[in-house]
Amino acid sequence: MSSVVIVDYEMGNLRSVAKAVERAGAAVCVTQDPAEVCRADRLILPGVGAFPDAMAALRRRGLDLAVKDFVATGRPFLGICLGLQLLCDVGLEVERCLGLGLMPGQCLALPPDLRDAAGRRLKVPHMGWNSLQIVRRSPLLAGVPDGSQVYFVHSFVAVPSDPDAWVSTRTDYGSPFTSSVWRDNLFATQFHPEKSQLVGLRMLENFVNM
Amino acid sequence: MLTRRIIPCLDIMNGRVVKGTKFLDLRDAGDPVQVAQRYEQEQADELVFLDITASHEERPIILDVVRRTAECCFMPLTVGGGICTIDDIREILKAGADKVSLNSAAVRNPEFVRQAASRFGSQCIVVAIDPRRVQKDGREVWEVHINGGRIPTGLEAVAWARRVVELGAGEILLTCMDADGTQNGYDIPMTRAVAEAVGVPVIASGGCGSPEHMREVLVDGGADAALAAGIFHYRQYSIGEAKSYLAAHGVPVREAVTVARASCP
Repeated sequence: MSSVVIVDYEMGNLRSVAKAVERAGAAVCVTQDPAEVCRADRLILPGVGAFPDAMAALRRRGLDLAVKDFVATGRPFLGICLGLQLLCDVGLEVERCLGLGLMPGQCLALPPDLRDAAGRRLKVPHMGWNSLQIVRRSPLLAGVPDGSQVYFVHSFVAVPSDPDAWVSTRTDYGSPFTSSVWRDNLFATQFHPEKSQLVGLRMLENFVNM
Repeated sequence: MLTRRIIPCLDIMNGRVVKGTKFLDLRDAGDPVQVAQRYEQEQADELVFLDITASHEERPIILDVVRRTAECCFMPLTVGGGICTIDDIREILKAGADKVSLNSAAVRNPEFVRQAASRFGSQCIVVAIDPRRVQKDGREVWEVHINGGRIPTGLEAVAWARRVVELGAGEILLTCMDADGTQNGYDIPMTRAVAEAVGVPVIASGGCGSPEHMREVLVDGGADAALAAGIFHYRQYSIGEAKSYLAAHGVPVREAVTVARASCP
């Protein structure tokens, strides 16, 4: 049975992620221990909440370095929501804050005054089911049809400085934004696969079978 | 394009799903876990779970029922009822909820909304508002009620919605008490007034009797999501039937999908 370690830095819905990964067929270990993070076969960095709080929580436990060490091993890594945004060099939520620096780019607020095609003001947070436009089909998306709908809830987005090298899917909310990234062993989604029913469970199955 | 959400709601009393009219005359509607499983299969967009007598009975929410319900949900789950402290929220999230719904405690201590949003993020904090139309000094006021609709607060619904969003609420769950359980349709003017007043999503609740009522509140009422209980619990309509109707009438909704499971090595 494949195994997945989920990083617990007290930011968010860990049980939701754990039970979805279990459903996808893997044994789950939720941990705050940097040593366990480094040893993992596969690693998930979940998270909801504010960027600076999250980085502070990771650093306090030495988990920032552990996550970087893990990614350097080449084993599969999945960031979810804030776990995507934290890959950036810099976050601009609340205050300027250094991120993990695993993806060149910035985490920025969704632009104010977003409007849909009909001119209706769009709400922030971007909350609900929206569709994926597949730009580069990563192994995470095996069996996932283009246009599939997944669940989002966020007010910030990661903006990679080299989109061609990183962007895997885009999603439209007033204008297109990066909804998932992929490079080598590094996968990350702005949406929540663990909350996206069959589509999300398929992605998690893909991840645990890598 | 972001789709409008269709959200079944489980009102829970004594560990059972119940359905009332204007918050009274509660009827049994099944076991929460079984009902939640059905909505998972029907691919509801989200699920709301409200322990409707927790505040009134001054007791904590029934965590074991939350846990068992959450176990079978792979869609977002909002849980509310009797939440008063940061520790309450932490326990509910640990039990598998994604968002919590605050109501009575927010009215009693608005700072609690700010603390909760700052600790868990606005995306996690829903504020439920239960207004009723009342006459005061010869004019109609949309007065917010708490403790499961038992206690009037003197707060006006639109002003209160604005206030809680300023404090950090990421979503409003608006249940218009006069319409609740009537199946005569949502309160469109009240929903529109709140939806236009705030920049966060608004879930409309109370009065749904048909998919046409959903269309009205999503289009004319400006709601981002339509919540319903009775029509789904008693199988008057399935989630899929409601969505087919909405799609046919130009409302963007998520259609049910089939996705092949990955073949395990």
